[in-house]
Amino acid sequence: MSALEPQAATPAPARSAGAGVSTSAKRRRHYSLLNRRDKVLLALMVGLPLAIFLVLIWAMAIVSIVLSFTDWQGYGSLHFIGLQNYIYLFQSYPAFWPALSHNLIWLLVFVCFATPMGILLAVCLDRPLRGSFIYQSIFFTPVVLSLAVVGFIWELQYSPLAGNGFIDSVLASTGLMSPNSTPDWLGDPSINIWAVLVAASWRHIGYIMVLYLAGLKSVDPSLREAAAIDGANERQAFFHVVFPVMAPINVVIVVVTVIESLRAFDIAYIINHGKNGLELLSTLITNNSISEASLIGFGSSIAVVLLVISLVPIVLYLSRVMRSEEQ
Amino acid sequence: MAGQRTAHNRARRRLSRVGLHLFLIVLAIIFLWPLVYAVYMSLRPYGEIVANPTGPFSLPATLNLDNYFAVWNAENIPGYFWNTAVITIPSVVLTLWIASMVAFGIAKYSWRLNLLVLMIFTAGNLLPPQVIIVPLYRLYLLIPVPAPLSDNGLMYDQFLGLILIHTTFQTGFCTFVLSNYMKTLSKELVEAAMIDGAGVFTIYWRVILPLCRPALAALGTLLFVWIYNDFFWALMLFKSGDKRPITAALNNLSGAFFTDPTQLAALSVIAAVPTIVLYLILQRNFVRGLTLGSTKG
Repeated sequence: MSALEPQAATPAPARSAGAGVSTSAKRRRHYSLLNRRDKVLLALMVGLPLAIFLVLIWAMAIVSIVLSFTDWQGYGSLHFIGLQNYIYLFQSYPAFWPALSHNLIWLLVFVCFATPMGILLAVCLDRPLRGSFIYQSIFFTPVVLSLAVVGFIWELQYSPLAGNGFIDSVLASTGLMSPNSTPDWLGDPSINIWAVLVAASWRHIGYIMVLYLAGLKSVDPSLREAAAIDGANERQAFFHVVFPVMAPINVVIVVVTVIESLRAFDIAYIINHGKNGLELLSTLITNNSISEASLIGFGSSIAVVLLVISLVPIVLYLSRVMRSEEQ
Repeated sequence: MAGQRTAHNRARRRLSRVGLHLFLIVLAIIFLWPLVYAVYMSLRPYGEIVANPTGPFSLPATLNLDNYFAVWNAENIPGYFWNTAVITIPSVVLTLWIASMVAFGIAKYSWRLNLLVLMIFTAGNLLPPQVIIVPLYRLYLLIPVPAPLSDNGLMYDQFLGLILIHTTFQTGFCTFVLSNYMKTLSKELVEAAMIDGAGVFTIYWRVILPLCRPALAALGTLLFVWIYNDFFWALMLFKSGDKRPITAALNNLSGAFFTDPTQLAALSVIAAVPTIVLYLILQRNFVRGLTLGSTKG
């Protein structure tokens, strides 16, 4: 990694004599062509944005951790209370475990349904097929919509009969259900998370499809030809040849899927501010600390839980980037 | 015998092809349905739906644009679009400019720390925004901002504050993508320019940036849609409803039209049209922007 260290260890006379400098001089050629003004400029170009990023993103994450050990409510001095926020969160706060399990359900639905569906569509659309581009455009359209708009569009489907929701109107007018027993898809806390997940999957499938399709296009076609010559059918070729070479993309897909389910916020917020069956870690944070109450310390402890969970996919991703960088 | 088998195979392949099309067509209809239905609802007079015993399942007697006129006249829609433009356009331009500088510094000069810098940006971009929102919200209430840039002396409830967080957050992603892109450009170009005596800024501005134009176009399209679609930051960092961009304003407006789903549909369509149009025009750019980040590096 560093060309500088061995050189620093070399005695000064040897360096001035020019013996053994050739390798490090070669590596350092960039530096020798830069004058001082260029170096300062370069440091500013990278350093200033880096400083702003560190302050607004990483420092805020650290401040969240610090605040989670306090009972701060937005005024006065900080009063540290140890682990009390966490104890209350895990043992007594009624919304915490539902929220965590909803995030988990979200992740499971994405992992078991939406992501495989996106991959399946990508595999279907990767082969020469008439109208492939039109199919791709249709499946991808939900991805360009704001999640707030997605929430509204699906509310039109899910509203109760009295609100003229489409699904309930169909159920009632076709006689499949009596008008009194049509479900309140978004209001009933035992089913609304699933209704929301249909809307979220609607958007996630297209996203994964496009990412995976790009990965498939980058696979060397001769690999598949070789597999075909060896007598592999399409399914065998995909699982034994294409899927393994796609390892880097597969990591991206896993990371995107996990991160998207941890970030889930907008649709739940649009529908009922993330309550009554739609609690998520993200909505608990904002409801406790910004929108409705000012329990900064307590809200921060929820943020720390979310931070710790999201570090898993982030570390996974970084280790992959590191590995590819070393090669 | 052999001919029979190939004929059999061909028939089977055609059958599977028909099956595939059938599957894709059914799925495409399911995917389009919520959108088509929103447009259809927005064109129907609400009174007609209420009067009909089968509600929205009934066949329409009239379709017109009245719901759009009603929404447009009741709310300051152009104002919300203006807010969106004031936030989105500077954020996109600043993000591309800053990210390209950082990526240039990282990719074109081998520093000891450049991998660390890249990781700080990339990992930060992956954090859920809710992890940092509480301290950021308090910070925005503390930072003093002088008058021409802020009308309340703070960073909170200001366009500037929103542009700042969008630019910072998205710089993480764009730096990653652009530095990977720049690594694929030839090193000789930079070295030749250096030997000709070009300074760092000249190399960045005259040599590297023009070569990155395809990547910048792709990222610009993607960023525009992302920032336009942002709901979270605008909801949390604005107090005044009339400063919110169109997507976050939907949250307030939904209350006003709660009793009339046809007007709510019209509002959703209005908010969705700009990104859909942009996507239809610049589809390839958009998809390229998304995939640049995942297929290289």
